Amino acid sequence: MDLNLILQLTTSGFLLGGVYSLIALGLSLIFGVMKVINFAHGAMLVWGMYIAFTLMNWTGIDPFFSFAVSAACLFVLGYIVQRTVVNRIMTFHESMQVIAMVGVMMVLENMAQLIWGPDPHSPHTKYSLSTVWLGSVMIDIPRLLAFILAILIAAAVFVFLKYTDIGKSIRASADNRIGALIVGANVNKVYAVCFGVGAACVGAAGSLLVPLMPVSPHTGFPFKLTSFAIVILGGMGSLPGAMIGGLMIGVAESLGTVFIPSSLKQVISFGIMVLILLLRPKGLFGGKG
Amino acid sequence: MIKVNGIDVFYGDLQSLRSVSFEVQSKEIISMVGSNGAGKSTTLMTLSGILKLKGGEIFFENHPIHLCSSSQIVEMGIVQVPEGRQLFPSLTVIENLEMGARFPKAKKRKKETMDWVYNLFPRLEERKRQLAGTLSGGEQQMLAIGRGLMACPTLLMLDEPSLGLSPILVKTIFDIIKEINGQGTTILLVEQNVFHSLNLSHRGYVLENGSIAMSGTGQDLLKNQHIRQSYLGL
Repeated sequence: MDLNLILQLTTSGFLLGGVYSLIALGLSLIFGVMKVINFAHGAMLVWGMYIAFTLMNWTGIDPFFSFAVSAACLFVLGYIVQRTVVNRIMTFHESMQVIAMVGVMMVLENMAQLIWGPDPHSPHTKYSLSTVWLGSVMIDIPRLLAFILAILIAAAVFVFLKYTDIGKSIRASADNRIGALIVGANVNKVYAVCFGVGAACVGAAGSLLVPLMPVSPHTGFPFKLTSFAIVILGGMGSLPGAMIGGLMIGVAESLGTVFIPSSLKQVISFGIMVLILLLRPKGLFGGKG
Repeated sequence: MIKVNGIDVFYGDLQSLRSVSFEVQSKEIISMVGSNGAGKSTTLMTLSGILKLKGGEIFFENHPIHLCSSSQIVEMGIVQVPEGRQLFPSLTVIENLEMGARFPKAKKRKKETMDWVYNLFPRLEERKRQLAGTLSGGEQQMLAIGRGLMACPTLLMLDEPSLGLSPILVKTIFDIIKEINGQGTTILLVEQNVFHSLNLSHRGYVLENGSIAMSGTGQDLLKNQHIRQSYLGL
């Protein structure tokens, strides 16, 4: 096989993988702390995309700047979803949680369709087709920027969790809910902030995807499925696992297009997910089974 | 300081406290003894506001704290060191201690309190960058007490601090409880280790099947025939 082709595909998969990582980071954070699977994650991604898209149309602000606005809006949305829906279902059986979260997903998805219509939009940015050459490998500028920003945002999330008071409280509540109550943490607020941060990650990721692909109300669905695969690969609730899993799945999907049509690229991520479930069900970095 | 008036607490349909009343005066060490399932931990969880009561009232310096949230109760200075420690295993020792000092009053004195905790438990200082989950049982108990102290409590409630520790460590822990009390903190101690805890306490209550069966000074209770037979096996 052509070595150059492999290098090319690896690079472009790795770069998109950075955005996958950011999406999966949000999902894993929410699961790790609340033990609730955010089925609305894909719909939240779409909202992040549309917010950036609308801002670009109205004001000309580039999506690579407006990710902050998308993240802020999605933070508020996530905070509200936690307070109104998730808080009420946290002690329920998983199968019942799914119903409520799929409900949130449908509301968000259909609201997006109502507001922006069902047709896909492909926004144009000045640099959408610009590239640089690194030796014999061609690198998309938008992909490179999306990758760099995704990694920086993820790093900011890690710093937030590691060093801020509320970040430490989030980690503590994830570790031991009773312990957090005992020390007097306002656990409901901690959970709401945590869901907000998880949603902000996916909102920012949505914004970063705007220059790379068309926006439509259902764009989020394949990303949601891919991020489930990433979270299972990395280990449920493991944040480093989500980051590394995202890069791995990005590269694997991209390399997979050598063997199968790119419209079937999810076969790769699901294949990996099945393998992981068979061989190492707790994932690469999952501590608890 | 704290006055509990006839509280009833349920777990689902099961009543675990029946009209329990007791009080704790400032600077006292009070112990509450009783066998497994008598309702001791339930009492503390109710005082902490984590379990809600169905009947009765709890006053802390004349505030009705049964109406407060668990975080308001900690802010007022009623702090629990729970059974089973309930630490944060993937946080470091320092981070666990910091989690104890959440409210302005405690945050302001964080540095001095931490020094005092390290002074009481030098082992914690040696292991301050280690994850709490990697500590031994005794060290975890020290950390749980330290985390409680970080909140600058006026009333410190300890649930079975001697559980699962070696006899030497049990003695150390009881000595330290006495020292904490000496610094002016009121102590409410829940124990199955009846001899040690009554010996240390000014007064004690005996909880049986969810109600107070007996009360008195620590020494009187230790001499009581029923206690000697049922709890001390003498």
